[in-house]
Amino acid sequence: MVEHRPWNDIIAYAILTLGVFIVAFPVYVAMIASTHDAATVVGGRMPLLPGGHTLENYYRAVFVGGSRTAPEPVGHLLLNSFISAIGIAVGKICISILSAYAVVYFRFPFRKTAFWIIFVTLMLPVEVRIYPTYKVVADLRMLDTYAGLILPLIASATGTLLFRQFFMTVPDELLEASRIDGAGPFRFFKDTLLPLSVTTISALFVIQFIYGWNQYLWPLLITTQDSMQTIVTGIKKMLTTTDELAEWQLAMATAVLAMLPPVAVVVFMQRLFVRGLVETEK
Amino acid sequence: MEKSAVFNRSKLLPYALLAPQLIITFVFFYWPASQAVLQSFKREDAFGLVSEFVGLENYQAVFAQPEYYKAMLTTLVFSTLVAALSLSIALLFATQADKNLKAAPVYKTFMIWPYAVAPAVAGVLWFFIFHPSLGTLARPLRGLGLDWNPLLNGNHAMALVVMSAVWKQIAYNFLFFLAGLQSIPKSVIEAGAIDGAGPMRRFWTIIFPLLSPTTFFLLVVNVVYVFFDTFGIIDAVTAGGPAGATTTMVYKVYADGRLGGDLGGSAAQSVVLMVIVIALTAVQFKYVERRVQY
Repeated sequence: MVEHRPWNDIIAYAILTLGVFIVAFPVYVAMIASTHDAATVVGGRMPLLPGGHTLENYYRAVFVGGSRTAPEPVGHLLLNSFISAIGIAVGKICISILSAYAVVYFRFPFRKTAFWIIFVTLMLPVEVRIYPTYKVVADLRMLDTYAGLILPLIASATGTLLFRQFFMTVPDELLEASRIDGAGPFRFFKDTLLPLSVTTISALFVIQFIYGWNQYLWPLLITTQDSMQTIVTGIKKMLTTTDELAEWQLAMATAVLAMLPPVAVVVFMQRLFVRGLVETEK
Repeated sequence: MEKSAVFNRSKLLPYALLAPQLIITFVFFYWPASQAVLQSFKREDAFGLVSEFVGLENYQAVFAQPEYYKAMLTTLVFSTLVAALSLSIALLFATQADKNLKAAPVYKTFMIWPYAVAPAVAGVLWFFIFHPSLGTLARPLRGLGLDWNPLLNGNHAMALVVMSAVWKQIAYNFLFFLAGLQSIPKSVIEAGAIDGAGPMRRFWTIIFPLLSPTTFFLLVVNVVYVFFDTFGIIDAVTAGGPAGATTTMVYKVYADGRLGGDLGGSAAQSVVLMVIVIALTAVQFKYVERRVQY
């Protein structure tokens, strides 16, 4: 730094600590609420220290389900969320690495056209075409299926652009060398390009897993059976009764469970997460 | 940019490689998007049995609704508040974290994790804290003499969704601002210090202008975020209410078309939104090109 003043650091620490506190506060309250019984939470005078009903609440949320408002145990919804988030992440990676490979390493008629067809999908999020997409999925008889939850959300250009950008940085000499060794398109892809792409693939996986896990509108529309909901849409259903009847302690336990996997991904794979976030935005 | 070394002899293979993505894109993107455009010129009866071409009638009907202008205004207020608040708060935190603090990496981790929280979940968390009868912070607010009730008061409801949306977006803006700050050469700041500029003056005359590409990029991203990703927050917290006070344009597309209500009107609104997003994206790309050179 230019000048070093002790009070400067103290101010910085104070502001950052305040920031961290504000950022953490809602989650802290939710965690506390998930450890109290219903009466304490609804009473409006909930203490800000943990209560003694933690195991009971989480057990009920995960395995039993609420009595009135949430008939479906959250354990099953967690599984649905995992399947669709991983499906979206893996699906997007597979189709986009293949299409990027075609666009970068081959010359064929309509190559540019194909690229633009994919590229345009960047512009329109699923929210602006929900009902027609719903109709397509209904016509294909994919309502209430994992395919219906996953496939429409992997139709996007982010992955293709990211892989294309990475492939462009791979030195041409590698392709020439593996050609001299007699490798065709399949072997070059499998033995050279794929091992080089591991970091890019992981970064994209982290971002797409979070994206898939946090989907709300789409799963809400195409799931009619409670058993096919994801955990994020399930929380809302717990609260759509009159407020006095909603079981907030279970809803908060569910909220904590819904946050845990993606937050863990960000915290423990921070390097990949930051990389994925910065690169998918370019 | 083009590769010079490519596979020339494969004629069919590239099409096979492209096929999965192209098929999915056509089935789930181009087909529904074109249906949305087509539907916006048609009127269907409640059972979807008869549909007739009505030209621009759906658009005229949409633009004749006072509610549509209200939703536009709500969207404008909502996005201005969220973008302004989340950008300035994130910039404040990022400038502090950019100082040579030993604990800076720890603060960074603690600052970015809300990115991973689903918008709908973020909404539920804030709704719980500010719930009129059982919220932890609702009682102190009423203690201050404010008749706090986001379930009945439109301004309170708006404040609540803005808080949730800002809370979630700070992480993203913080990360990009911090990266932007760290890429500013230290020598420029030192030169300013030698000329006698204090920390505040250095920030406004050197750092802030050099940060403007990041700020502009984030502005566009934030507006897109407010338009689309906040759907979950609004649906979970207020469901567009009370009395439409938090119905944004995207929420109205959803609400009007729900249960086969006004599909034509909903589709017309979708098309208007598409035009807005395309314009925003065009601005972003034009700018991104500049950033690459920079």
